[in-house]
Amino acid sequence: MSQYSDVFKSIKIRSELVILESNRAMLMGLVLLITFLFLAVFASFIAPYDPWEIGRPFLRPSLEHPLGTNDIGQDIFSELIYSTRISLFVGIFAASVSMVLGTLIGLFSGYLRGVVDEALMGLTDVILVLPALPLMIILAAHLSPSIWNIILVIGCLWWTSTARVVRSRVLQLREMPFVEAARALGAGDAYVVFRHILPNTLHVIFAKFVLTVAGAMLTEASLSFLGLGDPMQKSWGMMLNYAFSRGGFINGYYWWYLPPGICISLTVLGFVLLGFGLERWTQNNSDFINV
Amino acid sequence: MIEVCDLKKYFSSGLLKKQCVKSVDGVSFHIARGDTLGLVGESGCGKTTLGRLLLRLIEPTSGQIFFDGTDISRLNQRELRRIRPRMQMIFQDPDSSLNPRMKIGESIAEPFRLGLRGKSNRREIRDRVLELIETVGLNPEHVNRYPHQLSGGQNQRVVLARILAINPDFIVADEPTASLDVSVQAQILNLIQDLKDEYDLTLLFISHDMEIVRHMSDRIAVMEEGKIVDIGDSEIVTEAHRNLITDSMLARV
Amino acid sequence: MNLLNIHKLNTYFPTPDGLVKAVDHVDLQIADSEKVGLIGETGCGKTVLGMSIVRLLDSSAQINGRIIYRGRDILELAEEDMRSLRGREIAMILQNPTTSLNPVMRVGDQIAEGIRLHGGLDKRAAKKRAVEILKSVMIHDAERRADQYPHEFSGGMKERAMIAIGLSCDPSIIIADEPTKGLDAKTKTQIVQLLKGVTEHKSMLMITHDLNVAASICDRVAVMYAGEILEVGKVWDVLKNPMHPYTRGFINSLPSRGLKPIRGSSPSLIDLPSGCRFCPRCDFAMEACKFKHPEITPADDGQSVRCFLYT
Repeated sequence: MSQYSDVFKSIKIRSELVILESNRAMLMGLVLLITFLFLAVFASFIAPYDPWEIGRPFLRPSLEHPLGTNDIGQDIFSELIYSTRISLFVGIFAASVSMVLGTLIGLFSGYLRGVVDEALMGLTDVILVLPALPLMIILAAHLSPSIWNIILVIGCLWWTSTARVVRSRVLQLREMPFVEAARALGAGDAYVVFRHILPNTLHVIFAKFVLTVAGAMLTEASLSFLGLGDPMQKSWGMMLNYAFSRGGFINGYYWWYLPPGICISLTVLGFVLLGFGLERWTQNNSDFINV
Repeated sequence: MIEVCDLKKYFSSGLLKKQCVKSVDGVSFHIARGDTLGLVGESGCGKTTLGRLLLRLIEPTSGQIFFDGTDISRLNQRELRRIRPRMQMIFQDPDSSLNPRMKIGESIAEPFRLGLRGKSNRREIRDRVLELIETVGLNPEHVNRYPHQLSGGQNQRVVLARILAINPDFIVADEPTASLDVSVQAQILNLIQDLKDEYDLTLLFISHDMEIVRHMSDRIAVMEEGKIVDIGDSEIVTEAHRNLITDSMLARV
Repeated sequence: MNLLNIHKLNTYFPTPDGLVKAVDHVDLQIADSEKVGLIGETGCGKTVLGMSIVRLLDSSAQINGRIIYRGRDILELAEEDMRSLRGREIAMILQNPTTSLNPVMRVGDQIAEGIRLHGGLDKRAAKKRAVEILKSVMIHDAERRADQYPHEFSGGMKERAMIAIGLSCDPSIIIADEPTKGLDAKTKTQIVQLLKGVTEHKSMLMITHDLNVAASICDRVAVMYAGEILEVGKVWDVLKNPMHPYTRGFINSLPSRGLKPIRGSSPSLIDLPSGCRFCPRCDFAMEACKFKHPEITPADDGQSVRCFLYT
């Protein structure tokens, strides 16, 4: 082990407090997320009723129905729990699509440079300039309302910041001797990009991913609330949509709109805490990651 | 083994390509098989660029580079890729010469896994890697370490092991010990010398320190502003260019 | 009388892996107008020693011992008193000018900073003084250069700027940390000449791994290894007749002496060998060297060495 790193490790003791702080945030985020994941996976065991089952409508919260029932008599508490599945699924899947797209674009743009780079970054700029939500609304409105289309729309428009971040990391990496050494082996571009450059961008991608999920979830909630979501699926956004359109807000049925709103907030908070904690962590462990 | 004819590399910048930096300006020389040619000059004289040109890591503006009879400056990408393993480079900074996410054992094994030395199974590869690790003077238990866990000198040894795994005929060493401590430098330079003798390599040794170059080379070329201003036997050239010796004080002792 | 007297200085860093003994029981004296070289390789503790003197280390560092400057133990000083010493009486020229200069601050302003902190001159007077100092470190066109940013300076010029910052308050003692690292032969010679000139009436502790530089400037040198001083003496005595096997090995591994390497590598500062710290790599090691730790003993002509070969 290099002697200098012995000495300077102790100087990191002070920064360890920073890690601990970010760890606490990270821990909280992790706890939140694990809770919701648990709810999503074991929804059928936890929810007292089948959320599609129609019963007596407009019931207030009671022991039988902890959050009351909605306008067609479905138990809101069960709805809430089952919605965890769709909301999380759409969020994570859409984020994955945009991450893959963004990573590929960033990788090839940064590595190949020249015309490819100019073209791809031009495209990125155009999409960044267009206002996101209106664009997504227009796209969603033209496509048939299904969760796959929602995922597609979010995925196709959220990749830009990932692409940018990946590209700048790639630009940094491609000048490094070990990349030149790989080319000197006679390796082709694809090999160098995926075997050498990609592994060194993973830390950047991972932190970004978590934050993108948060964004994707919020977007899905917004789109669903505006009525562009899939009416055949239960998500928190759809719950808010019905709460609004069936008079829940006007009549002050807070048990219709507060629970899904709180759930969205908590999950997004969880992802954000985790994401920022990860970014902090990678900064502090840079000797493994940075060259 | 190596023959260079009127090699030029101009870097042009500016919108209309107005500004032109003549990094390498009409350089010609040859290196016989098994020889070491030292390349000295102050920083900015173009020696690093020249080293990279020989391996075509940078594209020449004009001129020819003959490697073992073949003009590599004319080859297309596919043909070039086939010939690449025969010429390798040792870089100045050992810590960034290795993929930080790969264990050093994996880094050394990479040439084998890419099939550069013919097909081998996992056990054969592992044995060869261990063999090479010992050859460069490292501990076998280091195989599972990452570059950041080793010192600069140790990483440079890993680089050498990896190059040996590729089994090239020609090596360009670009200031391989510039970032290392004096005593480690001596170890690494001696190692390079031993490996060169044992594997019968041809070497281009680039440095700004004349004293080191004199020690390592049979012949020396002195470079100034993109041109070779002197080339010949090590001792003679060193005497003529004493100003490039950084060790001048101690020589008096 | 000695300007600076370092007495049994220890600087230890507690880490998760153990206690790093970066500086261990170091004694060193620097007289008025004397230039002392501190020679050693990466990780031997020389930079930590320099930083310990100006107390610029992290608060987790455990520093013990005494550093007597002009009769006062500066390790006992409160931080505010130390601050008035730093820069004004004891200046440190940090390593690596590229990262030690603020990239978004003009060079002239960075030199003027110290002047204004200690001298109380107003902005314009401080700027004028900064330009004067830039001229004294041989930077041409100093007026214009003072308004430039560090990235517009070459490597050698950045080093000169660092020296200028060090000189700005006219200190009595300068600690220069690797002032010629990374510079080519010509620039190195210029910087060495410059340092000789500007420190004529000052004391200097020159931290370097470059024996040539030390030989050109210093009156005495101390050789450091694994946190300890192994040998001290007048510079030409040590270079012509090195006593300690490490010093001998170090000199022999220079290209001009044949590139003869010292086998093995420096020990970790946490897991130090018992007995002599150089023993595992020493060609002259005796049985006693493995178990007993040698003390520094004076030899003739003012040289001292830490080795059982001489006791």
